[in-house]
This record gives sequence, structure tokens and C-alpha cells, in this order.
Amino acid sequence: MDSALLVHRLHFAFTVTFHYLFPQLTMGLAPLIVVLKTLGLRRNDETYNRAARFWARIFGINFVLGVVTGIPMEFQFGTNWSHFSRFAGGVIGQTLAMEGVFAFFLESAFLGLFLYGEKRLGPRGHWWSAVAVFLGSWLSGFFIIATDAWMQHPVGYAKAADGSMQLASFWDLVLNPWAWWQYAHNMSGAVITGAFVMASVGAFYLLWGEFVDYGRIFVRVGVVAGLIFSVMQLFPTGDGQGRLVAVHQPVTLAAMEALFASQPGAPIVLIGQPNVDEKKIDNPVVVPNALSFLTYRAWRAEVKGLDAFPSDQWPTNIALLYFSYHIMVGLGTLFIAITVVATFLLWRGKLFSSHWMLWILLLALPFPYIANTAGWMTAELGRQPWLVYGLMRTADGYSKTVSAGNGMFTLLGFMGMYTVLGILFLFLVRREIEHGPEGEAGTGH
Amino acid sequence: METLWFMIIAVMIAAYVVLDGFDLGAGVIYLGAARTPEERQKIMRAIGPVWDGNEVWLLAAGGTLYFAFPLLYASSFSGFYLPLMMVLWLLMLRGIGIELRAHMENPVWRGFFDFVFCVSSVLLCIFFGAALGNVVRGVPLAADEYFFEPLWTNFRVNTGDFGTNNGILDWYTVLSGVIALVTLTAHGALYIVVKTEDDLNRRARTVALWAWPLQLLLTVIGLAATVWIRPGVLDNYKHHAIGFVIPLIVFGSLAVLMRGMLTGKEKMAFVASSLYIVGMLVGAAFALYPVVLPASTDPARNLTIYNTAAGHHGLSIGFTWWILGMVLALGYFFFLFRMFKGKVRLEGEGY
Repeated sequence: MDSALLVHRLHFAFTVTFHYLFPQLTMGLAPLIVVLKTLGLRRNDETYNRAARFWARIFGINFVLGVVTGIPMEFQFGTNWSHFSRFAGGVIGQTLAMEGVFAFFLESAFLGLFLYGEKRLGPRGHWWSAVAVFLGSWLSGFFIIATDAWMQHPVGYAKAADGSMQLASFWDLVLNPWAWWQYAHNMSGAVITGAFVMASVGAFYLLWGEFVDYGRIFVRVGVVAGLIFSVMQLFPTGDGQGRLVAVHQPVTLAAMEALFASQPGAPIVLIGQPNVDEKKIDNPVVVPNALSFLTYRAWRAEVKGLDAFPSDQWPTNIALLYFSYHIMVGLGTLFIAITVVATFLLWRGKLFSSHWMLWILLLALPFPYIANTAGWMTAELGRQPWLVYGLMRTADGYSKTVSAGNGMFTLLGFMGMYTVLGILFLFLVRREIEHGPEGEAGTGH
Repeated sequence: METLWFMIIAVMIAAYVVLDGFDLGAGVIYLGAARTPEERQKIMRAIGPVWDGNEVWLLAAGGTLYFAFPLLYASSFSGFYLPLMMVLWLLMLRGIGIELRAHMENPVWRGFFDFVFCVSSVLLCIFFGAALGNVVRGVPLAADEYFFEPLWTNFRVNTGDFGTNNGILDWYTVLSGVIALVTLTAHGALYIVVKTEDDLNRRARTVALWAWPLQLLLTVIGLAATVWIRPGVLDNYKHHAIGFVIPLIVFGSLAVLMRGMLTGKEKMAFVASSLYIVGMLVGAAFALYPVVLPASTDPARNLTIYNTAAGHHGLSIGFTWWILGMVLALGYFFFLFRMFKGKVRLEGEGY
């Protein structure tokens, strides 16, 4: 592989992976904060308002990190991927600029009001500012997904005389079916992160014996939201997304499942390591016929394997793609199991005294982050070797004028900077959590 | 259509510089003007609820530039690779400084993050000025419409056959950086004058008073240097005499600024400073039009609004949603600034 290409790919992969740790929590927490504010308004109970304020502080820290790590993403379209931008900017410039104009202003203006204007706004005004922040963060997510969806499944474009892609139909672009399935799947994944983080902090308070009133609220809201969205993550959103892949990117599906040979009654591999050189799975544990059924709703349907496609169309990193996909699905299944048991205990009134379950909820915190990251890796590794599916190869999209050395210099710079950011983030969030939801001193402003 | 988007983007960039300019400038004077912890707290409260929203204008302007002139975005961002990455790091450091100093009780760390905030603000002002300087001076565009500028070469403004040898920093772009620093320092000081009282107010006023003659002098030197290195900047002014309104606005707003300070009309001085910044930027945009990135190599390689724009269909659709989005955004900002208007005090909620 050309080393400049590798450096530019790592540059984007590293910065976007780090970046997405923050928006997935803000997008996931935003609706839960609205739930807390609504409960506070309905029941006229200050506990819910303090709970909402506590999560707003966590939200605020994540939002700032999301913004400062998000600016480099927009910049990199020009700095590191200039040939891609020149090629596709006439189409995806629409969605990227709309994110700036519609979502960022809404989100940042109302976040300032939400964090620092509660007394000035009054309870109802403050509730509306929470709703506006929720809307802004979800709009932002939509425009980014619509951009990525165009790269996965380009629609609504026409080729101009200079070879670049230009917008032909605005509505085709924003109503891209790929965008809506991916959006549903992604936002549901974000709420899972929000719900698990909330439940985890709640479980921590209950096990600690401090702020137990809040602990109960957090666990209850977190577990119920976690159950709803973990199920939605599998069906309908995951299923819908998967079937789009089967129709439009069949070679990606074959690589995700490490299905080397086309066959009727294709199995699903639960565990096993793909051996790409020998075109087989090492140490496989499989469910026969399951892949055929899930893809085509028929047990003996023929599923195309990698051998049905020329190898220059294969995703470039099959093993990593396979593992990303399997980690995502495996963890998704685990989330359903955890939240089903926790909801059952909640219903029986035993959850808050079941220390073993609270420990599970506490320690589950990192896993939704891993699952969301693995999901994005599945989508983006699955798109390879294309940058825009079927239209532009990744190898043709990077900035030819930016040498591997300059790219390496800034990649290392970002690695250093993000290490510092990560440490400071953990320090700040830990401080807020230990300080607890009571009182305002935690902001220290 | 291309001209319309050129104007829109110029306005968005001007909005960014005026808005983020005052909180950058507040960062520049931060260590000098605010001596006690309470005074520093007051500056933070003055910019705390708005700096993040101000920075969003950079993102929105960048996104709009990407949408309207994708080739310009691709060429300039990859060509200015190194300084842009450094701007990103500085923006991060500055964000860290603002957020962390609010969360630190220990005076050692508070002092450290105060320092980070101030220094990154200073460097950002200089970088932004130097960036504008690069655009006015021209860059070594190759035949494929791309270029890559090293950070510095021989610190000369090279043209013609030597035009391929330009670096990000030369005497002209450094001068632009210094002009930006002085301008935004005064701008930030005037904002702090509006937002505060007592000692802090007096010290910020002193900064602005001292900056004024320097600003006047640098404006004249900057204009002269620009005409000297690129006589072509006068062409649009020669053909459209209306353009001479712009220098009138620039010098007129400097006069109003001084008058506002001498008569104690704080808000008038701040508005005049904003107008001065807008005038300088619009003046540069007017001189460049329809070129958006001049080539220091061969004028035939200039990037213009015509050879970099996106397709017409996309541009006209975009205009519809852009108007809608901007009306909404102005509404939010009007509401936000109204909620946080007036002098900052330390009691109550907020930063």
C-alpha cells in the first residue's frame, strides 16, 4: 500500500474514532435529559431537575470535546482528502453545510442557555431549551449520516464535464433510503450509550450508598431506555440496514460474514478466525442456514460468497471487517440480555437491592462505546476499496500534495493532543460523578 | 449565483471574525488586564456563554465554503495543510484552557490554564491574520490547481518565476498577523469595557486607547504594503469607484471608535471596532473578486469563483435552505445575547 494513502487513512480513522466517543453520548443523553426535565415538570419534583442539571454538566463537557474534535473532521475533508472533496463536494457539500447552518447554531446557542440560563428562562423555557439542544444534536447526526450514506450508496447526482459529481436531486440526497436506515440504527446505538452510561452512574451511586435517590432515577431511566433501544438496534434498524448491505453491497456482506464460497443454505459464523489466504474460517462455530434465512427469509437461499466477485472489489481488510461486525453483533446481543434481566428485576422491585446486577450495570459502561465504534468500522471498512461506492476508489481520494511525512507529523500531533484531551476528560467527568448531582458547586464557574 | 455565494461567504467569515474576534481579543488582554481572580472570573463570565457559539461561525463558514466552492476548499485546505492543523491544535488548547480553568480550584493549575488560554488566543489572532495575508499575496498554484506551502522559505514575497518559492510566513504575512493581533486586541478590550465595571473596565479601556494609534499606523502601512506587493488589488477600485466607500468606512469607523472612547460611549466604540473589521475584510474581498485564491506563479492559474464553484442546480437549491437557516440562526443569537446582556457580575449563575 502506498504509504501516503495509509497515513491519510489512519489520520482520518484515528481522529474520527476519537471524535465519535463524544457525540454518541451527547446524542444519546439529550433525549434522556428531556425525559428527566419532563418528569420534573410533571411531578413538580426538584430531584428530577437536579438530576437533569447533573447530566447537563456531563453533556456540556462532552459537547465541548465533541466540538473541538469535530472541527478537525470538517477540515480534513479539505486538508487530507482534497481529491475526494473536489470530486464529491458538489453533492455532499449540501449536507455538510446544512449541518453547520441548521444544527450547530441551534445546538450551541441553546446549550449556552440550557447550562447558564435556567433562572432567566424559568421552568418551561428551560424545558424548551433542553428540547432545542436535543433537536440540534439529532439534526447534526442526520446530516453527517446523510453524507456518509451518499458515500455508501450514492444517489441524486450527475457527472459534470470536469468529472466531478454535482447535485441532481436534493430530495434524492436527503431521502436516500440508506441514510434513513443508517440514521435509525446509529441514533438507536447512541441512545444505548446514553442509557448505559446513565444506568452505570446510577448503579455506582446505589452501590456506594450516596445520592441513592438519584441512583434509583438513573438506573430506572437507563435500564428502560436501554431495553427499548437495544431491541430496536437489532430489529427493525439492524435488520433493515443489513438487508440494504445485502442488496447494494453483496461483496461487503460476504466479507463481513467471511463467506468465501457462494452456497445455498449459507451458515452464520458465531466464533472463528477468518483465514483469508486459505479462504476458510479457523476454529469455526456456526449456525447452519442462518445467513440465508436472515438475508432472504429462506433457509436454502443462495448467498454469494467472496468468490463471486473479482478480488479488486473485495474490502481491503477482511479480517478487521469480520471482527468489527462480530463484536458489534455480539455486544448488541449482550445488551439485550442485560437490559431484559435488569428490567425484569426492576418490575419485580428487586433491582436496587440486587448488587450483582448493579455491578454488571456499573461495569457495562465501556461496551456500548466499543459496539458503536465497531459498528462504524463495519460500515466504513465494508465500503472499501471505495471512497464513494462504485464511483471513486479510496486510493484516488487523498491529497496528493500532502506528503506522507507531513501527514505523519500531524497524525502524531493529534495523537499527543488527544491523549491529553482524553486524560482531562476522564478527570473532569470523574470529578462531576464523585461530586454528585446535589448542589451547583460542581461547575465551579 | 457564484457572486452571490462569494458575498455570502465573505459575510459569514466577517461575522466569524467580529464574533470570535472579541473573545480572542479578550483572551489576549486576559493576563494583563485582569489581575485578581475575581477579575479573571469576570472576563470568563463575559465570554463564557458565547465563545463556543462564536466558534460555530467558523464551522458554518467552512461548511458553506465547502458547499459553494469545493475546488477552492480542496486546494486551499491541502495547500495550507500545516498552518491549518496548527490552528486546530490552538483552538483545542484554547478550549481546554477555558473549560479547565473553570474546573480547577488549585491556583497553580488555574494559573497554568489561564496562561494556555491567553497564549493560544494570541497565536490564533496572528495565524488568522497571516492566513488572510497569504490569500491576498497569492500562493504557488500548480497547473493542476493544487499547491503545498511550507511554513517559511526566504521570508520574501516571491512572484513570477520565483512565485513557487512562497512560504506561509514572509514579511508581508507576518505584518498581516500583527495587524490582526492589534485589531483583535483592541476589539476584545472594547468588548470587556462594555461588559465590565471598575478597575477591569479602566484597564481594558487603557489597552484600547494605546492600541488605537498603532491600529491607525498599521492600517496605513498594511494598505501601502498590499498595493506595493500586488498593484492589481486596485483594479476593482479603479473600475468601480463605489469601492472607495470601503476605505472611508475603515477610517471613519476608527474615528468613531476614538470618539466613542473619549465620550464614554462604550457600545458605540465596540460597534465601530466591529465595523472597522468588517470594512478591512470587505475591502480585501472587493479587491480580490472574482479571484478567490490568486496564484503567485502565473495569473492564468488564479482560482476564481467561476472555476471553483459547485454546479448551478446545487447552488440555487442551497440558497433556499441557507436563507431559512440564517433567519433561524440570527433569531437564536439575538435571543442568546439578549438573555446574557448587560454588565457581568459574580453572583448568580454562569461561568
